[in-house]
Amino acid sequence: MDKPFAITLDVGSSLANKTGAWRDERPVYVDRLPPCNKGCPAGENIQAWLYHAEEGRYEDAWRQIVQDNPFPAVMGRVCYHPCTTVCNRAELDEAVGINSVERFLGDQAIEQGWTVQADAEPSGKRVLVVGAGPSGLSAAYHLARLGHEVVIRDAGPLPGGMMRFGIPAYRLPRDVLQAEIDRILALGVTLECDHKVADIQDEIDEGAFDAAFLAVGAHIGRRAYIPAGEAAHILDAVSLLRSMEGEERPLLGRRVVIYGGGNTAMDAARTAKRLGASDAIVVYRRTQEQMGAHEFELQEALEEGVVMKWLSTIKSAGEDGTLTLERMELDETGFPQPTGELEQLESDSLVLALGQEADLSLLDGVPDLEVADGVVKVDASMMTGRPGIFAGGDMVPAERSVTVGVGHGKKAARNIDAWLRGSAVAAGPTKHEEASFAGLNTWYFSDAPKTVAPRLEMVRRQSSFAEVQLGLDAENALFEARRCLSCGNCFECDNCYGLCPDNAVIKLDPGARYEIDYDYCKGCGICAEECPCGAIEMVPEPS
Amino acid sequence: MASRPIKFYQVGSHAAGNRLLDPELSSVQADPNRSNSITKGHRACQGCGEALGARYALDAAMRATSGQLIAANATGCLEVFSTPYPESSWQMPWLHSLFANAPSVATGIAAALKVKGRSDVRVIGQGGDGGTVDIGMACLSGMFERNDDVLYICYDNEAYMNTGVQRSGSTPPAARTMTTQAVGAEPGNVFGQGKDMARIAMAHDIPYVATATIADLRDVEAKVERAMELHGARYLHILVTCPLGWSCAAADSIKVARLAKETGLFPVFEAELGHVSAVSKIRRRRPVEEYLKLQGRYSHLFKPNRREDVLAHIQAIADRNIERYGLL
Ligand SMILES: Cc1cc2nc3c(=O)[nH]c(=O)nc-3n(C[C@H](O)[C@H](O)[C@H](O)COP(=O)(O)OP(=O)(O)OC[C@H]3O[C@@H](n4cnc5c(N)ncnc54)[C@H](O)[C@@H]3O)c2cc1C
Ligand SMILES: Cc1ncc(C[n+]2csc(CCOP(=O)(O)OP(=O)(O)O)c2C)c(N)n1
Ligand code: SF4
Ligand code: SF4
Ligand SMILES: [Mg+2]
Repeated sequence: MDKPFAITLDVGSSLANKTGAWRDERPVYVDRLPPCNKGCPAGENIQAWLYHAEEGRYEDAWRQIVQDNPFPAVMGRVCYHPCTTVCNRAELDEAVGINSVERFLGDQAIEQGWTVQADAEPSGKRVLVVGAGPSGLSAAYHLARLGHEVVIRDAGPLPGGMMRFGIPAYRLPRDVLQAEIDRILALGVTLECDHKVADIQDEIDEGAFDAAFLAVGAHIGRRAYIPAGEAAHILDAVSLLRSMEGEERPLLGRRVVIYGGGNTAMDAARTAKRLGASDAIVVYRRTQEQMGAHEFELQEALEEGVVMKWLSTIKSAGEDGTLTLERMELDETGFPQPTGELEQLESDSLVLALGQEADLSLLDGVPDLEVADGVVKVDASMMTGRPGIFAGGDMVPAERSVTVGVGHGKKAARNIDAWLRGSAVAAGPTKHEEASFAGLNTWYFSDAPKTVAPRLEMVRRQSSFAEVQLGLDAENALFEARRCLSCGNCFECDNCYGLCPDNAVIKLDPGARYEIDYDYCKGCGICAEECPCGAIEMVPEPS
Repeated sequence: MASRPIKFYQVGSHAAGNRLLDPELSSVQADPNRSNSITKGHRACQGCGEALGARYALDAAMRATSGQLIAANATGCLEVFSTPYPESSWQMPWLHSLFANAPSVATGIAAALKVKGRSDVRVIGQGGDGGTVDIGMACLSGMFERNDDVLYICYDNEAYMNTGVQRSGSTPPAARTMTTQAVGAEPGNVFGQGKDMARIAMAHDIPYVATATIADLRDVEAKVERAMELHGARYLHILVTCPLGWSCAAADSIKVARLAKETGLFPVFEAELGHVSAVSKIRRRRPVEEYLKLQGRYSHLFKPNRREDVLAHIQAIADRNIERYGLL
């Protein structure tokens, strides 16, 4: 006994006491699906690329985007950003400007000349892509990266589809578009312009293609029956916008009336203004709430002096261009009904923006295809009823946007790849439960309202086709990226490690996140409750 | 307030750390090499705020003194759950004395170090609210009055928890404890004058007095660091949730402490030489009801009937704090 007075036992450590046995629930790290990722029609992993951007690792961020979408610079300009609409941060202050960061990254890539390479060995398979719009180009890009030989044929003189011949240059500068298309072509994709595919089966057979992806879009402007005099100047919006890419600027006159309430109507009206019209009047038979155009497009059009005439239809167009309008009234179901009240409106030209239809004549005679409501039916793998022929974009039933088209192209490419290799599509990681706002602990996030990207001054917007929406600079882009709440995905804030009363969270190396020490974790749930981004779940202890 | 400005890094300075942050600017608790002065295996209840507050404070003090630190601890939960003979969770020199005399023991250690010429070794005295504001108050006041070179930390869980939740001088009005049952016309603890230990300490004009809660880790650390820059008697009063005694969910431990501050019921401030020198502003002001509702010790204010009178009285206390310290 060489112990001090009154001491009978050796000093022990509490580490001998495994308090993990007290637990009836255990914390588990999870990766939840952020609403933005879920909302992106191109299937971008937004939270993941913002994570890279937050560190100023712009190239990594860009590479993460182009895993899914070859058009960050285009997308950062024209996407209707459904991601932002569902962004959780909107409930805190304002949604993260995902789109502006994407544009910044896309522009960086163009400036720095970042390129991509094919990821797979050449497969020896040949795929024909019909249509060089966003959907066809996206499919070609992914197919090329998957090792296939791709030939794109397009009826038009230049690639881009509606990105070039629909969307006005003040929203999408053509050099930006061309730069992103060039990067796709640099993967070895063959592009044949001025080549209208008249019979798809013939071309597949003649070219010995193993599969085809069709994305011919919807280009035929829908007409409404309007009795009109001989001299009335009536044209459709898609033709007007397409002619903007030609040598000669279309002549519209001083008073231009646009008929329709969608995005195309807004583009046509704003284009008319830039062409010198003193009045651009949009006639729409329903109300502002019901219009198809996005709020921001309407606002920008109004700022530029476009005038809206709600609840009106055009009955007829007279010899001298005088239009007869009828006032409408909404019935109980919200449907516009004629009131019999007429009104005259002077006009030099009338632009019809009533939607577009697809020209599906290239499919004539192909068996097993199903066409309904003017669009081609496809299954979950984007394949038409005809094995080996896939389709996407505006010609299949879906929302019509660049982003949806790009998403279709990616999905089709992955399925074509599987079909060509005779395998099933590699199942992506199983979709996680969505990261809801309620699951976040927003206390920990700094108060930081959105950075607003500057816009072109009004004078220049009225006369030129210079880009209206300007980009963020590097500092603002970084700030904006850092506003991301990282919903449902650990971003290593050390809260669990710092706040566990039992030292039961082990901090791993940077990038490797944390681990729970279940020998000592008592299951109090503090780590889960105080995790800012909702990346810890408490689950019942297995009995 | 003793805090450092941090550039916007997603969570700014609110979370423990952040992968984007210069390690220099990270909290002590975010450091993979923190000293873990009180380590795992201790027997504190699930979600114990006292275990947490003690680790925050002592790890910060350990960093500030390069590990040259001794603590004297009064009897109470912190001592009992950490050191059931012969096991101990303490990974630093630590002494247990009695319920009443931790401040005096700390004074003695400081005096001995002075005699030995060990100016590098610093001393902390610590205890619960019972040990501090009730039975140990005479010793503590003496320590203040002599300006002994000790930082004394009170972990205030607003009752004698270790012996089964009896009322202390720090128990707030209307709270139910074993000795202030929720019965009669005025259920729970009485509305007295309370014993506001931080202000009592300030009345001694000692170099440094501060309050904090476990909901703001960086604030606790900054205050400990500031205290260790100074010499003489210093006092830190940390509000620590007790899920058992307050009958709240263990997982809500930090949230409840945060609400104590955000309602204004627990003012967080610093004072030097008897004057308030900084306050932590309320960031997202909440009505007291939100704080009270999470805790079973106040459930009698909501059922069987809502006690509007009592709720209004408690709200008035919060409002008065807000005014007194300029918390908005
Ligand atoms: C004015 C306007 C503005 C728009 N603005 C936006 C916007 O801001 N954001 C957004 O997300 N979406 C916008 N859209 C919608 C978007 O442009 C379309 O949904 C998208 O371009 C559809 O892509 P796609 O690849 O299916 O077809 P398209 O882009 O239409 O491309 C189809 C291509 O196929 C070619 N083609 C057609 N038939 C043949 C054939 N037989 N043989 C060979 N080639 C053929 C065409 O020449 C064309 O190049 C807008 C549309 C319009 C009309
Ligand atoms: C002189 C004396 N009286 C009573 C006790 C019994 N006792 C031990 S701890 C304690 C209460 C401790 O309360 P507090 O200081 O608030 O610490 P907590 O346990 O709440 O953290 C009491 C009454 C004692 N140890 N010594
Ligand atoms: S905060 Fe970030 S992860 Fe969450 S929805 Fe917004 S962008 Fe996506
Ligand atoms: S905070 Fe610690 S003890 Fe509580 S559940 Fe999380 S790991 Fe377990
Ligand atoms: Mg106590």
